[in-house]
Amino acid sequence: MAEPNTEALSELPEDVGGSRKLLYAIQECLRSAMSAIRSHRLRSFLTMLGIIIGVASVICVIAMVQGLTKSITDQFAGLGASTLTLEAYTPIEDMLRGKQNRLRVEDLHELQARVDGISHITPVVPVPTSSVTYGSQQAAGQFFGTTESLMDVQQLFPASGRFLTKSDDDSRRRVVVLGDRIRKDLELPDHPEGQFVQIGREWFKVVGVMESRGNIMGQNLDQFLLMPYQTALSYSSDQVRPNIQITFVVDDQDSVETVRQQVGAVIRRAHGIDKDKPDDFRVQASDSFLKTFSTIMSTITAVVAGIVGISLLVGGIGIMNIMLVSVTERTREIGIAKALGAPRRFILLQFLIEAMVLAVIGGIIGMLIGFALAYGVSALIPNFPAPTVPWWAVAGSTLFSMFIGMIFGILPASKAANLTPIDALRYE
Amino acid sequence: MIELAGITKVYQLGGIAYPALSDINLTIARNEFLALTGASGSGKSTMMNILGCLDLPTSGRYTLDDEEVAGLDEDQLASVRNRKVGFVFQNFYLMPRMTAIDNVAQPLIYRGIGPAQRRAYAEKALGRVGLGDRMRHRPNEMSGGQRQRVAVARALVGHPELLLADEPTGNLDSRTAGEILDLFAQLHAEGQTVVIVTHDPSIAARCHRRVRLHDGRIAEDVSG
Repeated sequence: MAEPNTEALSELPEDVGGSRKLLYAIQECLRSAMSAIRSHRLRSFLTMLGIIIGVASVICVIAMVQGLTKSITDQFAGLGASTLTLEAYTPIEDMLRGKQNRLRVEDLHELQARVDGISHITPVVPVPTSSVTYGSQQAAGQFFGTTESLMDVQQLFPASGRFLTKSDDDSRRRVVVLGDRIRKDLELPDHPEGQFVQIGREWFKVVGVMESRGNIMGQNLDQFLLMPYQTALSYSSDQVRPNIQITFVVDDQDSVETVRQQVGAVIRRAHGIDKDKPDDFRVQASDSFLKTFSTIMSTITAVVAGIVGISLLVGGIGIMNIMLVSVTERTREIGIAKALGAPRRFILLQFLIEAMVLAVIGGIIGMLIGFALAYGVSALIPNFPAPTVPWWAVAGSTLFSMFIGMIFGILPASKAANLTPIDALRYE
Repeated sequence: MIELAGITKVYQLGGIAYPALSDINLTIARNEFLALTGASGSGKSTMMNILGCLDLPTSGRYTLDDEEVAGLDEDQLASVRNRKVGFVFQNFYLMPRMTAIDNVAQPLIYRGIGPAQRRAYAEKALGRVGLGDRMRHRPNEMSGGQRQRVAVARALVGHPELLLADEPTGNLDSRTAGEILDLFAQLHAEGQTVVIVTHDPSIAARCHRRVRLHDGRIAEDVSG
């Protein structure tokens, strides 16, 4: 055999560059981590349990909260952020003194005449009754007088028949459009156009039924009845002066604030309010309820995330504990690796990656369980919207698990890396 | 070439200094077949740790293949071990969860060689020790002799300057031990520098040069 050794020597490549070397090292560490985890299945599972429970609960809560938020946001989407509502506002002290501020029909004319950049100015006047009958059936709900533009402002359209028209309003026709719930309560057919219902002593002809909007947080949105604005005014003329609401669309989304101020100024002047006196009205965006709701939901999410963060810390300590045991058990292996020339940072990386893999697998199992749990719980609660898991929750849980694994892997990994090869090899 | 000059090693135990090696001067030429012998407590193990770059001498110079070892830090020492020393241990010291081929390829990981190439080199090394048909077996599926052959292949895979065996036949029956010694002799014939640390005179007898340690000093250095 003529010097095969020297021949072979020349074939062996020299040290490769840093990034490739790191890549190979990570690849090898991942492989060794998987093999270590597989060889202690039960122990690895128990180690992950803390992380699994933590991530499962956070995903479950986030999925349900997000599902709820999404369903409510979708229901509000039609209203549009550029829709403003002007309504009377009475401070509570004044209310206790028996005072009640009102918006008048004249305010509507002021808005129409003096404010630029708004359209679909729609008055909504409450009808001072809440009961309607058809034959022997009776139904209750909120009754309003309004104009045809409400349809555009609210993005709410008739499912059957037609909406109120300008001519209904001009001639003060005694016609009504029903919310779907009222139609059901009155046991009217699906297409009840032409039927007559009775409100108080007056008869009204049904001309349409609106699309159903379902429930928001237990409140039925289809329990309403609409009649022409002028009809409503004349109906209530013998009662107290009506307190109207005015809804309008701001044409340019960016000028909502300007318009709001302009409206405020016009109404203050119309009401003759002194400079130092507060408004007797409010201009509200239609999505203000949504904003409040989102705030509540974010708070819930934050609180739950905090609690879960603590449980993940506990899970991390569990990982650290088992990794310390594992380092002790594998002292001999570490010694062999060191004798074969493994540098300190390689051993460090190997145990860090093992801790991170443990944590991330725990995180993934936790995510699946959390998702299943969210579906299970929302299926059990009637009318609860389907859960949604946003991408950031998935990414966040994975990254956070990885982070936990890394933090709690540092101590065991550096313990392993700091072993001297002679002592580690001699370890029995 | 391997050169030790004025090597001493002193262990500190509870404030008391125990000299393990005193003033060792030894030159091992390329392709020597050397036995390092001595009774227990003679400094044999310390000598092997220093030769294998597992430990640093307290003083003196150690040159391994033109590289000065004394004064290197831990990671530099690891790198020298990886490139220049191939270890064979009495207890084989294989990774229990890895197959033969993965065990043999392990030192190449630390050199930054890719998986496919590692595999190719490991196959070649296993072929050299006559285990070409046992590559996918794990240590617990192999006999002692086969395990030690895997360990030899692992020591050879990086083409080390020095093949350093510590009682390589201590856990083997005499027939298998003979086969392993034949393997070392064959590797020596192929040009490999081989140092066997042993207390067994019959093994030392098969080597071409015998260095005997006594009380941390070289007591005898005979060739032939």
